[in-house]
Amino acid sequence: MAGPQKTSSVETQERERALISRILGGEMDMFHELIRPYERMVYSTVFAMVKNEAEAEDGAQDTMISAFRHLKSFRGDSKFSTWLVTIAMNEGRKRLRKTKAIGVESLDEVTEEHEGDFTPVVLTDWREIPSVALEKKEMREKVRAAVQELPQIYKEVVVLRDLEELNQEETAAVLGIPITLLKVRLHRGRIMMQKKLVPYLKRAEVLREKGLLGRFLQ
Amino acid sequence: MRLDCKHVWEYISEYIDQRLEPSVLADVENHLENCEVCSAVLDSTRNVLVLTADNRTFELPVGFSERLHQRLDSVIHEETGPPS
Repeated sequence: MAGPQKTSSVETQERERALISRILGGEMDMFHELIRPYERMVYSTVFAMVKNEAEAEDGAQDTMISAFRHLKSFRGDSKFSTWLVTIAMNEGRKRLRKTKAIGVESLDEVTEEHEGDFTPVVLTDWREIPSVALEKKEMREKVRAAVQELPQIYKEVVVLRDLEELNQEETAAVLGIPITLLKVRLHRGRIMMQKKLVPYLKRAEVLREKGLLGRFLQ
Repeated sequence: MRLDCKHVWEYISEYIDQRLEPSVLADVENHLENCEVCSAVLDSTRNVLVLTADNRTFELPVGFSERLHQRLDSVIHEETGPPS
């Protein structure tokens, strides 16, 4: 993750800066090019928050439109992608508040004092390969649900850090929280994910072991 | 310092992010080398992160991009007038 990506990230920022000044200079169609690399990021951020696919698509479109209308206010002191994911996160939160207001579902009001069990599941014989596990639609749904069902404060950090792969500083900046708090939430969120998902992976392995006589194991 | 398993679990997330202080890091690594349980917890947590980050987990719906750019087009042309 170190060297080469940094260089390309500088190149990306320069390219984006050039695109943004052209858009602000009147070549508005260039906005399509500017956001093209971030369609998935915006969609998955909103989807992780709102859980519903159709609403996620609406929310992703609204995020992009909002970014277009407010592009002038992008100061360039963060990456464009960080600015954009902040708008996506706020769009997701806004839609969750609406859902809450009409009483369909309540937001998880979890605070830092929240006493939960953050002990990981111990499983010594697990040898499932993630990329193989994800070939199954059922597994993709499980992972998605594990993210979507996290309490809000943990979900936000897991989405930014582990789904969108922002670094710690960027994540803390988007959420407006100190790094120390970010670390606590991230740790708890990750352990909750581990607890939820490991049992399914174990089952997947047992099935595979039966079918393939453990050929791929060890 | 000898760490017990529960302490090591507390450090798993920061260990993965390579953010542990060098002094703690040495103790954690030493423990991980000798403890099958904790290295399994580490591996499984790492793998869960790989699953989360995989593009297939939150796949874009078919036609998403087309619909998005169409809608953007109409918004852009509201501002600029229709393309000449």
